[in-house]
Amino acid sequence: MQPTKAPRRPAHLWNWLGVVPFFLFAALFLILPTMQIVLGAFRSPDGGLTLANLRGLFTPNIMASYMISIKISLASAIMGCVIGFCIAAAVTLGGLPRWIRGPLLTFSGVASNFAGVPLAFAFLATLGRLGLVTIVLRDWFGVNLYATGFNILSFWGLTLVYLFFQIPLMILIITPALDGLKREWKEAALILGATGPQYWRMIALPILFPALLGTFALLFANAFGAVATAIALTGSSLSIVPILLFAQIRGDVLGDPGLGYALAFGMIVVTGVANAVYVWLRARSERWMK
Amino acid sequence: MNRVWSWLALGVGLLYFFLPLLGTLEFSLRKRKGEYSLDAYTAVFADPAFRATLGYSVGMALLTIVFGVLLVVPTAYWVRLKLPRLRPWVEFITLLPLVIPAIVIVFGYIRLYNTSSFLPLTGSASGTNLLLMFGYATLALPYMYRAVDTGLRTIDIGTLTEAAQSLGAGWVTILGRIILPNVLVAVLSGAFLTFAIVIGEFTLAALLNRPAFGPYMQLLGANKAYEPAALAVIAFAITWACMGLIQLVTRFSNHTRVNA
Amino acid sequence: MTFLSISHLEKSFGANRVVKDFNLPIEKGEFVSLLGPSGCGKTTVLRIVAGFESPSSGSVTIDGQDVTGLRPNDRNIGMVFQAYALFPNLTVAQNVAFGLKVKGVAKAEAEARVAEMLRLIGLPDLGGRYPYQLSGGQQQRVALARALAVRPRVLLLDEPLSALDAKIRVSLRSEIREIQRELGITTVFVTHDQEEALSMSDRVVVMNGGIAEQVGTPFEVYNRPTTRFVATFVGTLNLFEAEADGQGLRIAGVPVRLPEAVEAARGGRLSVALRPESLHLGGGEVTLPATVEAVEFLGSILRLRLRVAGVLVALDTFNRADAPPPALGRAVEVGFSARDLVVLNG
Repeated sequence: MQPTKAPRRPAHLWNWLGVVPFFLFAALFLILPTMQIVLGAFRSPDGGLTLANLRGLFTPNIMASYMISIKISLASAIMGCVIGFCIAAAVTLGGLPRWIRGPLLTFSGVASNFAGVPLAFAFLATLGRLGLVTIVLRDWFGVNLYATGFNILSFWGLTLVYLFFQIPLMILIITPALDGLKREWKEAALILGATGPQYWRMIALPILFPALLGTFALLFANAFGAVATAIALTGSSLSIVPILLFAQIRGDVLGDPGLGYALAFGMIVVTGVANAVYVWLRARSERWMK
Repeated sequence: MNRVWSWLALGVGLLYFFLPLLGTLEFSLRKRKGEYSLDAYTAVFADPAFRATLGYSVGMALLTIVFGVLLVVPTAYWVRLKLPRLRPWVEFITLLPLVIPAIVIVFGYIRLYNTSSFLPLTGSASGTNLLLMFGYATLALPYMYRAVDTGLRTIDIGTLTEAAQSLGAGWVTILGRIILPNVLVAVLSGAFLTFAIVIGEFTLAALLNRPAFGPYMQLLGANKAYEPAALAVIAFAITWACMGLIQLVTRFSNHTRVNA
Repeated sequence: MTFLSISHLEKSFGANRVVKDFNLPIEKGEFVSLLGPSGCGKTTVLRIVAGFESPSSGSVTIDGQDVTGLRPNDRNIGMVFQAYALFPNLTVAQNVAFGLKVKGVAKAEAEARVAEMLRLIGLPDLGGRYPYQLSGGQQQRVALARALAVRPRVLLLDEPLSALDAKIRVSLRSEIREIQRELGITTVFVTHDQEEALSMSDRVVVMNGGIAEQVGTPFEVYNRPTTRFVATFVGTLNLFEAEADGQGLRIAGVPVRLPEAVEAARGGRLSVALRPESLHLGGGEVTLPATVEAVEFLGSILRLRLRVAGVLVALDTFNRADAPPPALGRAVEVGFSARDLVVLNG
């Protein structure tokens, strides 16, 4: 035993002491509540282990809710990624004047945070039965929007609304990644004989892939967990999973606490799987990184 | 050719984003039959519940910011200085709230901190307020941590700390008078973002039954026609103000740095 | 036989004319450097040859074919960029094979070519590495291999060494030049480093303000600069004010008889220049009094700072172990030959 080791010991402990508040907070208000849900999903009312709660999920109604939730999240994430990417690419690489960037990024910051209840109001006021766009289409163009089968309280309606925060979020995240594409890469590809599309397929998209993938996973989780917008928009007429869970917690329906746990656990599983796929794909696509 | 497509992409984007804002603004002015007026806004501002709930949410936002700064700045600093190996773990934890839906987290709170639990926070109003504040801090954690950690990356905290220590400063002094001022811009950015998130938050407040601005808006939306549009305009203005302030502090700090 | 011809090239960005009536015929297999300070237009000329910029007027011809309107990917030119332009998501071998792949070269042939190129640059075993696993010098060699793999008609080098450490820069210079000679490929090299330009090139084009100030071999450009800019930009130079009196010059009152080769001015004041290595301690054909102000020991060279006729001048002499430098403040004589004088016009 070396004498110098003794005084180092408390210093080491002291180091760990510095992060105790953070880990305590994370444990109490992030980890334990989540664990509570996971465990609750497998616990029967009398405290025993059971799969009955999860089995309760496999009714046509609840399965349909998960399906529509996943579909909306996928649709709004895919469209958010594609459209956001196009706008970000237009501004960073498309030869638009540079002054557009600053305002666009600021606006994206605002719009990506303008979610929830007011966003629903905004779309109701615009595309609702008395909304500005509905009226303008009717009075000026003779188009009755609602006669075409459009309904803001529907799959496409909700997707359209979600895009209002999905697209800006994509722009915010992907713009720095696009800035990271060196001009020399494109020029080197061109002078070696590649066409523009070849450059994108073989060089730019593979380089951007991890960032695109991460953003997609984030957008998916973002849409999947969104409660406020959907409730303010549809009341409870569109039964997506978060609305179902919300009602369940409020005690409005179902009246089965075990099923609430199972619903919430199902949400964790979906976002968890989405992120596991992301991590796996990312690890595969990042071999060329440090 | 390329440029035409770029303008097209931008134009379609602008149309999509400005129509709802324009529609909301127009709708909010329609309360009086046959002419535009500010009646909806007058009605909203005259509603005592509006002031009460907005005041409550502003208070909660400020508390959340204070707590978040006290939690995140020392942690991020300490991890960078003394426990760099721990960084991936801390980062992972701070990103979890982006993955686990808020409604799941609050559901966990309700079950974990009910009146018969080891920490019966939901048993009293003040306890529930505290729980709500912790919940908000959790939601804001990814943004706050990333902002502060990015800010810390730009300064050499090791050298600054040793310099301060050699002059006899203690930890509180180092954090409060050396580190915090140096990452103030990052902290303020995180703070304004937190404010924007908390002020309109619905799920946590509704499920914990607190009289916050988010549930108030939702209630109004279910019962009134034109006032919700006015509320949306106000909420948008608040969000815009928060983002504008972030821009402002960032730009201001750049100026002082250039002049220095 | 001119292989690459750049004629009457003009390029303006808005009201800013960055290249003005630039003409340069280049022989097949020749190594030509464009040398100049940043903003002199050298990179713009290179980018026009590559096809990344289109000229305001003028033309570029390669092997008799006018390529001015051709897109970069149709020109069959190789290019090496300033720094780290390797594709980070591809391995070394995939990087080198990229041009062959997009051209649709058969796989077996492409693999053989990649192996040949990696041997050429002396990195035969690194084909499986990713760029981040290579040093800067290795990366630039791979970039060279990538550019050469498609057997381009012309090789363009855009400051390929400026991002590297000093030692690697020097060793890579001769390596690039060797490979260029071996392949006999026509090469245009852009640099702001006069040492690089002088040591590597067959011919040097000194550029300033968008025009070619002088075109010549490194020997000509260094020893017989035709303009004041070339004289001062290339190498170190001592400037003297002189008076012409019809038969010769007077420098600090000392008469200097000029050889016929150096055209005497018709009278009045003018500037003459001398390289530090043209001066020597002790008397000579022309002798001036001086005082030693500083001594810089540069290894094989000893650089003395002397005050001559009120002007501070540099004098280079070889280091010799048996001849220690003169003490500071000592009065000495410096001599030079009138043949080495450069009379600067404009």
